[in-house]
Amino acid sequence: MTFRAPWNRFCVRGLSAGAGSVGSVEASIDPEFTSLPLRNLADAALSRAAELGAEHADLRVERLRSQNIKMRDGRLQSAADTQELGFGIRVVHNGSWGFAASVDLTPDDAARAAKRAVAVAKVSAPMNFERVELADEPVHRDATWSSPYRTNPFDVPRADKIALLADWSERLLAADGVDHADAMLNQQWENKFYADLAGTTTIQQRIRLEPELTALSLDSTDGGFETMRTCAPPVGRGWEYLTGDGHDWDSELAQLPEWLAEKVKAPSVEPGRYDLVIDPTNLWLTIHESIGHATELDRALGYEAAYAGTSFATFDGLNSLRYGSALMNVTGDRTVEHGLATVGYDDEGVQAQSWDLIRDGVLVGYQLDRRMARMTGFGRSNGCAFADSPGHIPIQRMANVSLRPAPDGPSLEDLIAGVDRGIFVVGDKSWSIDMQRYNFQFTAQRFFAIRNGQLAGQLRDVAYQATTTDFWGALAAVGGPQTFLLHGSFYCGKGQPGQTASVSHGCPATLFTGINVLNTAREAGQ
Amino acid sequence: MTARISPQETVEQALALSKADGCVVLVTEQSEANLRWANNTVTTNGEMRSRRLAVISFVNGGTGMAAGVVEQSSTSLDVLADVVRASEQAAHDAGPADDDAPLVEPRVSDAGAARWGDEAAATSIGVFGSFAPVLGEAFARARAGGRRLFGFAEHIVTSTYLGSSTGLRLRHDQPTGRVELNAKTPEFARSSWAGRVTRDFSDIDVDRLDAEVTTRLGWSQRHIELGAGRYQTIMSPAAVADLIVYQYLATNARDSDEGRTVFSRPGGGSRIGERLTEQPLTMRSDPDEPGLSCSPFLHTSASWPVASVFDNGLPTGPVRWIDNGVLAELPRTRNWAARTGAAPAPIVDNLVLEAPGATATQDELVATTDRGLLLTCLHYVREVDPQTLLLTGLTRDGVYLVEDGEVVGAVNNFRFNESPVSLLRRAAEVGRTERCLPREFSDYFTLTAAPWLRIPDFNMSTVSRGV
Repeated sequence: MTFRAPWNRFCVRGLSAGAGSVGSVEASIDPEFTSLPLRNLADAALSRAAELGAEHADLRVERLRSQNIKMRDGRLQSAADTQELGFGIRVVHNGSWGFAASVDLTPDDAARAAKRAVAVAKVSAPMNFERVELADEPVHRDATWSSPYRTNPFDVPRADKIALLADWSERLLAADGVDHADAMLNQQWENKFYADLAGTTTIQQRIRLEPELTALSLDSTDGGFETMRTCAPPVGRGWEYLTGDGHDWDSELAQLPEWLAEKVKAPSVEPGRYDLVIDPTNLWLTIHESIGHATELDRALGYEAAYAGTSFATFDGLNSLRYGSALMNVTGDRTVEHGLATVGYDDEGVQAQSWDLIRDGVLVGYQLDRRMARMTGFGRSNGCAFADSPGHIPIQRMANVSLRPAPDGPSLEDLIAGVDRGIFVVGDKSWSIDMQRYNFQFTAQRFFAIRNGQLAGQLRDVAYQATTTDFWGALAAVGGPQTFLLHGSFYCGKGQPGQTASVSHGCPATLFTGINVLNTAREAGQ
Repeated sequence: MTARISPQETVEQALALSKADGCVVLVTEQSEANLRWANNTVTTNGEMRSRRLAVISFVNGGTGMAAGVVEQSSTSLDVLADVVRASEQAAHDAGPADDDAPLVEPRVSDAGAARWGDEAAATSIGVFGSFAPVLGEAFARARAGGRRLFGFAEHIVTSTYLGSSTGLRLRHDQPTGRVELNAKTPEFARSSWAGRVTRDFSDIDVDRLDAEVTTRLGWSQRHIELGAGRYQTIMSPAAVADLIVYQYLATNARDSDEGRTVFSRPGGGSRIGERLTEQPLTMRSDPDEPGLSCSPFLHTSASWPVASVFDNGLPTGPVRWIDNGVLAELPRTRNWAARTGAAPAPIVDNLVLEAPGATATQDELVATTDRGLLLTCLHYVREVDPQTLLLTGLTRDGVYLVEDGEVVGAVNNFRFNESPVSLLRRAAEVGRTERCLPREFSDYFTLTAAPWLRIPDFNMSTVSRGV
């Protein structure tokens, strides 16, 4: 596995105009977006909000382009291009939030939306018993930022993408034991303009890709079937990711049918307690659910209580809660190169940062927005406010949350070699966790038995289940930087109305001891 | 930017611009108002208006019909030609579609043809004019009573206009609304929940909702620790709905015929015609279902196994997916119907599960229970194994212990591993069907009615400390 350090942040800087400079790759903000009447809309909306007495107002203009291609057995099932363009204005008026959004990019409509936002704040006022105040943030004037990529996927002909996915599907279908092959490519291009009454204005651009292929094998005698999916991460990269920059597609596609054939014939697992060596392609999702969401301060304070839930990592546990073993060091960042939650500035004009969430196994930080940073005395937000579209209000969303590798830590082979009776877990599949982020259950693409330090073939019907603090307390070894991988998801859901966000999680290979393993066939009563 | 034009004019202009072999235009106007609260105070809120235009071009490239979809939020006149041309280019790039079928022709009886010329329906923050003050009073009572209220109220009105090169002109207005109220003790150690669906908020009684969550919070004053195991369990309509909606959306005719779902038959084909349960349960959909009415025609801007862009405008109607305990039908596109010699079965946006003559209420089911659990609702339901449709998830906001016909306290939450198909087979008693809010699907599938179900051996796999 390639070493990709999560704290290898790249340049975020304010520029007077034009292109942003990002790491080793130059990328320009799309001139079609910058030619929109962004500043006229900001002037109209913010001045109207100020006239109506708002103590804070911010405007976001967003253009979200996506292209989603789905293939079924090498034939096109769906190819849809979508563009969303609009703006949202958020105000604080007499200590209450108000928000309004529209799609008509005219100064008149921006001013009307500002008036509606103030009206919404007034409707809410009789029910608001916590005055809204925001933590200070330095003013960032005329800042621009772009994620790094070489080739914008939206510049690649659609027919070329379909041909590539068809070719990859045919490779899978040509293999023995593969009866069906599904392929999917999701591409997103996000442009965002932000302006607030304090004087911050930012223009940003992000590109991200999510490719996925699944092979399916049928057993016509008993009606059973099994699948095997690629483990390639979704990334904040350009089209070059599909042609080999960051992932070895040829190798993974060649191996997929073999892994599937082995899985079909694999014995069913005997439930019980096992030592688990967990690959980053699986552990990223466990980190997401058991650490990423649990260290969101809005959950800890109860703001998500009725929907996504709360957190066992309550605020009174800051700097004292024993989260896991002393080997556990977890960072939050919005800066890692190719990270899906990486930005220059968040949706409250806060510059991207990197910070510790868990140090030596102890909770030391949270993910914040400006209101909660002010409420809880942090002084400054760490830039975790985000809205998934112009029509939604920014809420506290997840940063890239990553487990640090041990600087001189073991290789994957060394971790496996140290296990007498265990299971090696690869690739994410099913996931679920409770309302306070305690009890979780995960499955995987592949489970390999480990006997006397050696891999001993795949197992079927496996799920691992634990309580978060018990699980992380059982962390017995952390792999070195050579085992580190940045993975993630396009589909982190939160909030009401529901919003989705993309987020990355990096981690090394790891060893956990004595984890409860279920047999899912027996759970189903088979 | 030019001024926007009406949805109907947008449809006509786009169709007039089309040079493709066929074209479908969808325009969606949506308005939304919402209030969110936590710790007895409003947190976020908003009033949003949006508009989407989807142009679906169909091009015969010689080897078969191709479809290209371009969708965007602007419908101004100056972008219309670009969107139409882009969708045509997308169709040319795409190659033959896997779900090719002739475009739907208009029928005299099309239910969506009426009121084509009407303006789009809309909502605003004013929909909460009566609701909000009463909610504020509930906050005051909660503060005085040592409770904390959390929740969300949302009202969305969506007007959909569909036009096609074959002459379809269909329109549908869909109001959807919901309220969720969650009460907790200050230390968050106990929690209760109630949810309602509504079309216009005129039928929402906040005081009654508040009384309901307060009563249930009272039930939990006595806490009882129970271990993992299989328990006799009374499932609420909300919990049942969450599982059957999952089943409805996860199974379709094509995937089943191809061997990919729990309804695949060994040796090929689907299990249609097979008895799933001895209970006289019927699972059905009907766009004219009273209180749950939904679009009388299919509209989609993307093809997936249960709906095809070629089927846009296809009338939906009453359909029995499970008929008196027997699997009777699965959602099926016209393309797959033609390839398998079966009839099309367009998916419908509502779902009812019921048994004739089943009238038992929660109180009646509790009264006839010696020892068992009463579930409020579920959380984080995900598929573990598609072969059995094994789902996992958590119980949430109230698992109550029933002994000798009475609720005697609240127990800890559990992680469950269960399949809705298996639960229907094992159901020992079916109660009254009630309109309910499936909490896990509350963002996008709320038009449901489900019964109370008694399961003799619900699999509570492990204990959850979460509240």
